[in-house]
Amino acid sequence: MSAGEERAVVATRALTKRFGKVTAVDALDLLVRPGDRYGFLGPNGSGKTTTVRMLLGLVHATSGDIEVLGRPVPRAAREVLPEVGALVEGPGAYPHLSARANLRLLDAAGPARSGGAGAEPLAADTGSRRTRRRRIEDALEQVGLADVGRRPVRTYSLGMKQRLGLASALLRGPRLLVLDEPTNGLDPRGIVEIRDLLLGLNAAGTTVFLSSHLLAEVELFCTRIGVLDRGRLVAQDDLDALRGPTGRTLVRVEDVAAAEQALGLAPGGDTRRDGELALDGTSVADVTDRLVRAGVRVLEAAPERRTLEQSVLELTT
Amino acid sequence: MIRVELRKLVGRPRTWISIGLLCLLPVVVAVLLSVTEIAPRPGQGPTLLSAVLGNGALFPAAALGIVLPFFLPIAVAVQAGESVAGEASAGTLRYLLVRPVGRTRLLVAKLVSIIAFTLLAVVAVAVVGYVAGVTLLGTSGTLTTTTLAGTTLTPADLAWRTGVMVLYIGWSMVGLAAVSMFLSTITDSPIAAALGGLAVLVSSTVLVALDAAGSVRDYLPTRYWLAWVDLFRDPVPWGDLTAGVLVQTGYVVVLLGAAWANFTTRDVTS
Repeated sequence: MSAGEERAVVATRALTKRFGKVTAVDALDLLVRPGDRYGFLGPNGSGKTTTVRMLLGLVHATSGDIEVLGRPVPRAAREVLPEVGALVEGPGAYPHLSARANLRLLDAAGPARSGGAGAEPLAADTGSRRTRRRRIEDALEQVGLADVGRRPVRTYSLGMKQRLGLASALLRGPRLLVLDEPTNGLDPRGIVEIRDLLLGLNAAGTTVFLSSHLLAEVELFCTRIGVLDRGRLVAQDDLDALRGPTGRTLVRVEDVAAAEQALGLAPGGDTRRDGELALDGTSVADVTDRLVRAGVRVLEAAPERRTLEQSVLELTT
Repeated sequence: MIRVELRKLVGRPRTWISIGLLCLLPVVVAVLLSVTEIAPRPGQGPTLLSAVLGNGALFPAAALGIVLPFFLPIAVAVQAGESVAGEASAGTLRYLLVRPVGRTRLLVAKLVSIIAFTLLAVVAVAVVGYVAGVTLLGTSGTLTTTTLAGTTLTPADLAWRTGVMVLYIGWSMVGLAAVSMFLSTITDSPIAAALGGLAVLVSSTVLVALDAAGSVRDYLPTRYWLAWVDLFRDPVPWGDLTAGVLVQTGYVVVLLGAAWANFTTRDVTS
């Protein structure tokens, strides 16, 4: 494999997009590494979709650079995009055709496979009718649509359309999946199925860039997170770092008033929450030691960890 | 990509329904003519119709004369307006572009598909017109046809004249299609693009008939639309036909150039 493999899968520098006077995306420095499950979080209207569209060469940046799979976009989009599977703002399909017919058209529309960075002519990439059909059946199978038959897409439920969109993203066995709200319209079981599918693909080496406003979804799936707020990247870190300790210690005791007295705190002060005390500038060892000495029984003591939700809310307000 | 577009064209029921409807009107006219044998007086009513009672072989030309002013342009404008905006509104444009299909390639494929549709429609109307004309109105008994000038045409003559007519009308329609296709790259609404093309058609038709617009008349898109009637004169006066081809070519080049420039540089946000 070429040197492109070692570099970032997605890297942007000072990426900016203005629509008229509105700055939709402001000086974004994204970094997605090979094998990441990258969660691109942000409230509605924060610029996620515009960013995704720029990564795919659909929207042209006002300024800044984009590299995808080591090549500049949109300049080398023709070489890069065959190795990228995408789902952008919901699926799109011809309503009068079946899922298979839609995938056949899409498959035939593009190049067989580009000679992009490191792409070797694999047996599966030849365009013979049989391998094409095999590829389409595999993709439908992966997303659980193998049995839909010849019904036109018009009759599909939202969840089925979403699955079809995923199938078209998976069709070419991409190295990078760019998914915008992929579980939209899926029932809870469908969400689990799709998450398992994506975890499997990721384990096999596919980098996943998942854009979503659903914290829970991102928290369950992603290893690395970028948080977007009003067009600016306010955080980009590993999930564990974002959920890291706050520096405070949480202590649960039998008698809160006695504990406050033992620690020299004002009774009923703002350290008190639901029978717990949140203490700054101390450690679990230190605080339990002082409480036990004062005869206060400790039920639980642990360093406070932020939830992802807390971190994101702090960052985006 | 061109193959894919043609497959889409052929596989879409609407293609055949609109062509079917286009063919229906001339058939209705032929039936009425054969039943009543009342022909419009020369110089009145749809072009050439007065001549067809004598000879059904002229009916393909008459059939095109019937659908040309309005029905054929509607079908073509809808098809062209659909080209890019239709993909955009179905949500498939972005998936084609990230597949990836180059934007220029996509536009060329769409253009080929529209031209194919136009020729298909024109030929279908001509063929149905011929069949309806010959079966319902009959041939004149001899193998020759009388031209508008009163001279006679051999079947071979008639064949090449009809062929040139099909191409001429087809090219006129491509001129209109270019308007709708350009609009189709601007808006995400296929209906707006189709209606925009028709608005240009109607405006042009109004202005052509207006003496005060005399100075620009010769450059209007519909100015020479009916010049193919000249093909059925003897000898053929080529002046208007040539001018018509040139005017349409001008519109096609400018508008498709604008469509290309717009589509290849714009943000796709549909």
